[in-house]
Amino acid sequence: MTTATQNLALPLPPGYFARRNLSDWLFALFVAVGAGVVLALYSAHMDGYEQAILIGAVPALVALAWFWRPVRQLTVAVAALSLLAIWLYQSGGQPDLARAEQAFLLKYFLSSQSAILWMSMLFFMATAFYWVGLLSRAHGDGFEKLGSRLTWVAITLALVGSLVRWFESYLIGADVGHIPVSNLYEVFVLFSWLTAAYYLYYEDQYQTRRMGAFVMLVVSAAVGFLLWYTVVREAHQIQPLVPALQSWWMKLHVPANFIGYGTFALAAMVAFAYLIKQQAGETRWHKLTPIWLLGVALCFVPIAFRVRVVAEAGGSYWLGYAAVSVLITLGILLGRRRIAERLPAPEVLDDVMYKSIAVGFAFFTIATVLGALWAAEAWGGYWSWDPKETWALIVWLNYAAWLHMRLMKGLRGTVAAWWALAGLAVTTFAFLGVNMFLSGLHSYGTL
Amino acid sequence: MSASTTGFELERGSHRLRAAVELLSSMRFAIALLSVICIASVIGTVLKQHEPVNNYINQFGPFWAELFGTAQLYSVYGAWWFLLILAFLVTSTSLCIVRNTPKILKDLKSYKESVREQSLKAFALRAEADLAASPEATAQSMGRALAGAGWKVKLQQRETGVMVAAKAGAANKLGYLAAHSAIVLICLGGLFDGDLVVKAQTWFQGKTPFMGGGMIADVADQHRLSDRNPTFRGNLLVSEGQRSGTAILSQPDGVLLQDLPFDIELKKFSVDYYSTGMPKLFASDIVIHDRYSGESKEARVEVNHPVSYRGVEIYQSSFDDGGSRLKLKGIAIDGKPGSLAIEGRVGESARIEIGGKPMTLELTALRVINVENLGQAAGSGADVRKVDLRHAIEGRLGAGNKTMSQQERRNVGPSVNYKLRDASGQATEYNNYMQPLELDGRRVFLLGVRDTPAEPFRYLRLPVDESDSMAGFLNLRAALADPAQRREAVRRYAAGATEGQRRDLTQALEASAARALDLFAGVESSNAARNPARPPGGLPALSQFIEAQVPEAERERASEMLLRILNGTLFELAQVGRAHAGLPALARDERSVSFMTQSLIALSDSFYYPVPMALELDAFTQVQASVFQVARAPGKTVVYLGCLFLILGVFAMLYVRERRLWVWLAPRADGGLHATLALSSNRKTMDTEREFETLKTLLLQTPIEVKA
Repeated sequence: MTTATQNLALPLPPGYFARRNLSDWLFALFVAVGAGVVLALYSAHMDGYEQAILIGAVPALVALAWFWRPVRQLTVAVAALSLLAIWLYQSGGQPDLARAEQAFLLKYFLSSQSAILWMSMLFFMATAFYWVGLLSRAHGDGFEKLGSRLTWVAITLALVGSLVRWFESYLIGADVGHIPVSNLYEVFVLFSWLTAAYYLYYEDQYQTRRMGAFVMLVVSAAVGFLLWYTVVREAHQIQPLVPALQSWWMKLHVPANFIGYGTFALAAMVAFAYLIKQQAGETRWHKLTPIWLLGVALCFVPIAFRVRVVAEAGGSYWLGYAAVSVLITLGILLGRRRIAERLPAPEVLDDVMYKSIAVGFAFFTIATVLGALWAAEAWGGYWSWDPKETWALIVWLNYAAWLHMRLMKGLRGTVAAWWALAGLAVTTFAFLGVNMFLSGLHSYGTL
Repeated sequence: MSASTTGFELERGSHRLRAAVELLSSMRFAIALLSVICIASVIGTVLKQHEPVNNYINQFGPFWAELFGTAQLYSVYGAWWFLLILAFLVTSTSLCIVRNTPKILKDLKSYKESVREQSLKAFALRAEADLAASPEATAQSMGRALAGAGWKVKLQQRETGVMVAAKAGAANKLGYLAAHSAIVLICLGGLFDGDLVVKAQTWFQGKTPFMGGGMIADVADQHRLSDRNPTFRGNLLVSEGQRSGTAILSQPDGVLLQDLPFDIELKKFSVDYYSTGMPKLFASDIVIHDRYSGESKEARVEVNHPVSYRGVEIYQSSFDDGGSRLKLKGIAIDGKPGSLAIEGRVGESARIEIGGKPMTLELTALRVINVENLGQAAGSGADVRKVDLRHAIEGRLGAGNKTMSQQERRNVGPSVNYKLRDASGQATEYNNYMQPLELDGRRVFLLGVRDTPAEPFRYLRLPVDESDSMAGFLNLRAALADPAQRREAVRRYAAGATEGQRRDLTQALEASAARALDLFAGVESSNAARNPARPPGGLPALSQFIEAQVPEAERERASEMLLRILNGTLFELAQVGRAHAGLPALARDERSVSFMTQSLIALSDSFYYPVPMALELDAFTQVQASVFQVARAPGKTVVYLGCLFLILGVFAMLYVRERRLWVWLAPRADGGLHATLALSSNRKTMDTEREFETLKTLLLQTPIEVKA
């Protein structure tokens, strides 16, 4: 009897704080000191809310980093690089935008445009590495590891680019300065790094890098769009905020929404991988619908833009895009056995799909509620059946139904995967289609 | 999830009633309703809502437009069937809550410790082990261990052993209740704030929409809603210096007037711009005059910063012209003498006579600030087709203010918009800038014309003279229209060009110059039968003349010749005109050459201006009007409460797993103990499996795997 009691007393999981190691505490100290320095230097320029937000950000960031440890390195790297950029911008005691053309590091790495271009290249490279890893017979793990590392660097640069852009916006004019989540260009950067970061989290949680090839496809597609938007449309230029956007609600509403969009996209790509895995042994070509659909969808993207694109110099850009899409589709089609072999177990894919839709749904709910609160202030009504609002509701209802079916009726497998994939179409329409085809109050990112 | 998805089953009532209630409260019905709501919403976003009926008829043709109208597809979100679906949704969700609440509350209290030991064998997640200890002591220590890990534990001593029952994550079920009641709250609050209450007043209190025009104060009571109306949303336009206390609620077939418990007086409306020309701030400084207490309160309404007074929220919605006073002056584009001076307000119209024809002048808009991008022309030198990778990349590295194409935005000053409608009702729209602006390095006055709002303005560019006004050009235009001055200019030109030469040469040149100038001035009458296709004057008249009179081989030389003569004669004409007006002569310098070159084109274009006289903005006093949205929405609090419940509920439902755990401890014949562990959860995720593994290690040190 005594032995049993002793045994039972043993393996209780240790408490939350007891599980912290030295580096956790050092990180907490680092964040607290950082916030303290900012408060000491700039509290005179901040109102009560801003000080409260700054102080509140300390436990939030520490909790996030303790929840998922790689956030620590990311925070430190982003903080260091951003501060370096700000320091490089100083010229004779005053920050000067012209330094972006003079200082080597700024011009080629740290100024917002440069950092975001680097991010784009790194995301493309990471995608390529993940695919080589997925398809190669030997060293697959090594390539995927490299892909994972590159994704980390890309996320770092995306964050640095965004933060530096925030700083630059104030250098253009004190009244112009604002958080970079106000137009389609800026939110595409947000979307890219958020989706990649969520993916890396699941990669860590499930200890497999083999979903990366699929998830990074959607990130690369977003980056491709971003580049087109930069090169052809020059949408990267920092624009001041119109009166309707001058609200602190924007800082909450937009990121919360993009957690939703990002994780829904992630879930759809995992669902796609699930369908490929399931149909790997299929030899009848007409049965390989998901791949055909992807190919058709990808090739139709340029056509959706045809009206303006053909007229502009961007035509060749989209041609290249379509060529890459065809290559990817063909690659998946030919290598589907090999891909299916290397993909994680269907249960894992299914679980990742559920988890990311759950996160997305929770944040999409928050985002929609925040949007309603903001609309009540800016447009005079919390709900006005504006196209964007309505489509947000449709997206919300779609995933609510998905979750209901899964939790109540235990829906899984093929149907759930197809539904998640279709959900991406609905989400994309709510995100981009509404801006392109419908008009309304919410026309901040016009195409 | 143990909450059932089938419907609510009544214990009494007829079979049909029971079946109806069961259907109404089932999840399949709710999902069907939600699908219909989705489809209706999509229609509402694709079909533009609340447009004038004629737009729909143009788009779909009369039959479909009528059909869609009957189905109320032009205001989907206010259609009776849409509201009915929402009402069904509320009922269905409420029934669902009513059905599940007692069970959930019962479950919250229960540990289900009385489960039969046999039924544990049916669980997917179960493990068994032999332990060397007494059931009671083991149960005690297991209970402590589980409680330490956050479980709620209950022990049950039975004849044949001890049952340890534990549960965790009860918040999941509360989340279910919260999320579902949130839907009901949000729908109810939203329905109340919609236009149901206003509609009810038209149904039951005999209020009818007003369709006429005239002064707001004269509208009868049956079109007015009381200022105690609990919920409404309307618009209110107030001009600077004016006050108003009646909002307008637009209805499909007219408007209803909503009296407010206060008047809003607009002191000043201000718009600020960024240097890029984007608006930065819309703000109205208002005074609220309370109708009951007589108090006055100053306030400032901005976008994103509404003002609340007596439960009415006042929002900055848009702005308009409040009747700016304009002073316009006629410019003789045809060069004929005559003057015109008009005073009026934006929004007014006046009967005037231009070129002997009666016209209606409609003053449509005054824009005080016009920010235009004037940098495009300068940047066009770069060849887009030349792909230089290094240049392309370098151009895109750097700060977020850098662009490849240069933009230069500048405020070019006020402009006036007006329409001239002729006797047949045809209108042409004009847009004239008050000040000259710099285009391609030259300062010009822009006079815009267009026939329909769909097309861009075509601009007549009048060059400025040495004193930066258009007087120099107008003087030249007048001289061109005057036969005596033309004759004098031709004489001077021929004399100057053939100085000291034979008289017959001078006469020949005079004839050529006179012909060129007359053609240009549009008075050439050689072919008396006027061809309607003949250009009215300007350079096209000259080129037509050459085409008609000169053999093809000599045309180029002839037109060069004719142009040189025309240029020379026009210069003399300018001098004659200036002398005529008492102005000093033009110097023969670069600047005069530039002026004459532009004048040649402007003179030529002036023959194609649709009316003989343009109106120049002489002076103005801007009066702005602010459009406010005023709303009373008491349902907001309910909706916000619902939103809070929704968020809490969603998180509880998705992130709290409800788990129940049983360990059946039965003594064995050999003095040891056989333990059976089972775990159930309403979420079948990998997390549950992982937790089961941890619990297995925690509770049963060396488990014996039981293969299912």
